Amino acid sequence: MTTISIEVNGTVHELDVASRLLLADLLRDRLGLTGTKIGCAMGACGACTVLVDDAPVRACLMFAVQASGCSVRTVEDLVQDDGDLDPLQRALREHHGLQCGYCTPGMLMAIVPLLESGRPLEPDAVREGIAGNLCRCTGYDTIVDAVVEASRA
Amino acid sequence: MKPSAFEYLAPETCEQALGALAEHGDDAAVLAGGQSLIPMMNLRIAAPRVLIDVMRTPELRGIRNEGDRIELGAGVRMAQAEQQSRVPLLQSALRHVGHPAIRNCGTVCGSVAHADPAAEVPAVLLALDGEVVLGSVRGERVLAADEFFRSYYTTAREPDELVIAVRIPAGTPRVAFHEVTPRLGGSTGEFATAGVAAAAEPDDGGRWRRVRIALLGVADRPVRAREAEALLTGAEPTADAFAAAAESAAAAVDPPSDIHAGSEYRRRLVSVLTARALAELAA
Repeated sequence: MTTISIEVNGTVHELDVASRLLLADLLRDRLGLTGTKIGCAMGACGACTVLVDDAPVRACLMFAVQASGCSVRTVEDLVQDDGDLDPLQRALREHHGLQCGYCTPGMLMAIVPLLESGRPLEPDAVREGIAGNLCRCTGYDTIVDAVVEASRA
Repeated sequence: MKPSAFEYLAPETCEQALGALAEHGDDAAVLAGGQSLIPMMNLRIAAPRVLIDVMRTPELRGIRNEGDRIELGAGVRMAQAEQQSRVPLLQSALRHVGHPAIRNCGTVCGSVAHADPAAEVPAVLLALDGEVVLGSVRGERVLAADEFFRSYYTTAREPDELVIAVRIPAGTPRVAFHEVTPRLGGSTGEFATAGVAAAAEPDDGGRWRRVRIALLGVADRPVRAREAEALLTGAEPTADAFAAAAESAAAAVDPPSDIHAGSEYRRRLVSVLTARALAELAA
């Protein structure tokens, strides 16, 4: 067991973890943050994308011990103080950018850094940003439409 | 889909990392960005008993100018190199590696050490006559990229050695990188079906010298198209010269067939991509 210190959504946790525990499993099983999904567990689908020190990474391709000392943000952090969805989430819903919703948390966390510049996004920039995230329900056009609109709001 | 148990070591100095490798050697794997190693561990294709995490070692993290060379340490992530390395061919090739989330973790040296024959970074290193710095408790040695890559996922690295850094000559004026991936329309995301990394330096009279053409995805390792390079060296950059060089590059390879492409198709890609790269060098 290794003791790690990790900040998740603004809260610092000191935890003893097995070295083989993946960050995705730490978030879901130890911290109860089940918004982060595990699709393939081999880095192909992007469902487990979270922000580590503000950069999107695959939580299934990082051991929890590697994230020690880092700041992690998950989809749970997007919800507003009043419990409402954030503008990006609302745009996704309005554009029917999700159906089963399994890819959505990973999509959102891949997109969040794209929106941080505050500049309007072109569809191609959105497509490149979510190129590593697979959706098997809606296809991608409605997701791209939603993000483009959110970037212009 | 969960990795086997392992002992995790996080050395804080390069010396400690080399000591751990000397002690655990064959039983150990070096963990850098983990973007190739961890999928293999999750699938239990790899089950190292010890992981030596070199990302906790500040001295391995830098991008340094070493005379006429740029040195990228073992801890330099691809996203960092993409923005800061000042090696244009590497920077344009990195945009084709995985996805942004992969490049935020994966390292330049890790890709070199992994030696996937379809990977972009090894081909860039080969095209630019780069070097691999290997360290162990026995000492340091520097190998040319040409000597380092041996076969599929196989390099000249000994089990107790760490790829401490790669060194790339600075200041190649003209470079071009082109690849084709199975998924059309996407610039990122998958290993290349085939690709070309090329560099050249025109002399004052407009003739080309130091022409380098490296191919990826068409052999058991990245390979140089030496005959094509020779055809262009000292030549004027004309469409006819490019066509002859592209055909020569294609004729020199015997690519593998797989689910994505047959050997003949890959050979055709070599010709087309080489011609595109040369046209870009001339532009």
